[in-house]
Amino acid sequence: MADPMRIRAQAAGDKATVRVLMSHEMESGQRKDAAGKLVPAWFIQDVEAKHNGKSVLIAEWGPAVSKNPFLQFTVKGAKAGDKIAVTWKDNKGETRTDEATVS
Amino acid sequence: MQTRRKTLKQSAVLAGLLASTGLFPQYALAYNKGAFEAKSVAEVLKALGAGAPVESKDVVIGGPDIAENGAVVPLTASTALPGVKHMLMLVEKNPAALIALFNVTDSVEANFATRAKMGQSSDVYAVAVMADGKVLFAKKEVKVTLGGCGG
Repeated sequence: MADPMRIRAQAAGDKATVRVLMSHEMESGQRKDAAGKLVPAWFIQDVEAKHNGKSVLIAEWGPAVSKNPFLQFTVKGAKAGDKIAVTWKDNKGETRTDEATVS
Repeated sequence: MQTRRKTLKQSAVLAGLLASTGLFPQYALAYNKGAFEAKSVAEVLKALGAGAPVESKDVVIGGPDIAENGAVVPLTASTALPGVKHMLMLVEKNPAALIALFNVTDSVEANFATRAKMGQSSDVYAVAVMADGKVLFAKKEVKVTLGGCGG
């Protein structure tokens, strides 16, 4: 199982800025190992964010997103105490969900 | 001052990049395999079924002028326009042009930041696909001193 994500959600006025740091190798499929063989691609494909259980953002990523990806977005109408949940799924089918409370 | 010819040329380049992003169909239904395999901006747009892109001041691409490490290039894409359906981030000279596609809902602002890998110095694009079918883009050149794709 992958390491947990670090999620920070801060309310400012009637919206909240969410910053997510995921822990993932994000192998591009372009690199070669010491034996000269291509390292197969392994990256996060889908990212979904939910605000109090309601889906607010679905992102699709390619292998060109950096290792241990960072994502920042802004949720409208979120206030302190609300729950922000983020789920990712990679091209091997592995998935992880983490939740944070807006502060 | 940008000539119409220049603008059209850029549109074609971007359209090509976008078309190249239609990849990975064996995965989740929502995932645009074609779009992510597309080699050029124009191909990416084509894969997504988007129209001809138009450069717009209302779309903002943010990033460093010079990136020391191509493996971690912070990029932002944003627009204040209402009615945005998707925000895309593209790097023209990467093996696959499309970096990320964000499906915008009413509950989030069309303002995203993430980090991308860049193989070499290239133009980076932020593309906003509007609900009415218009495709607006902004671009910026990022110079990379150490590539981040392959090795």
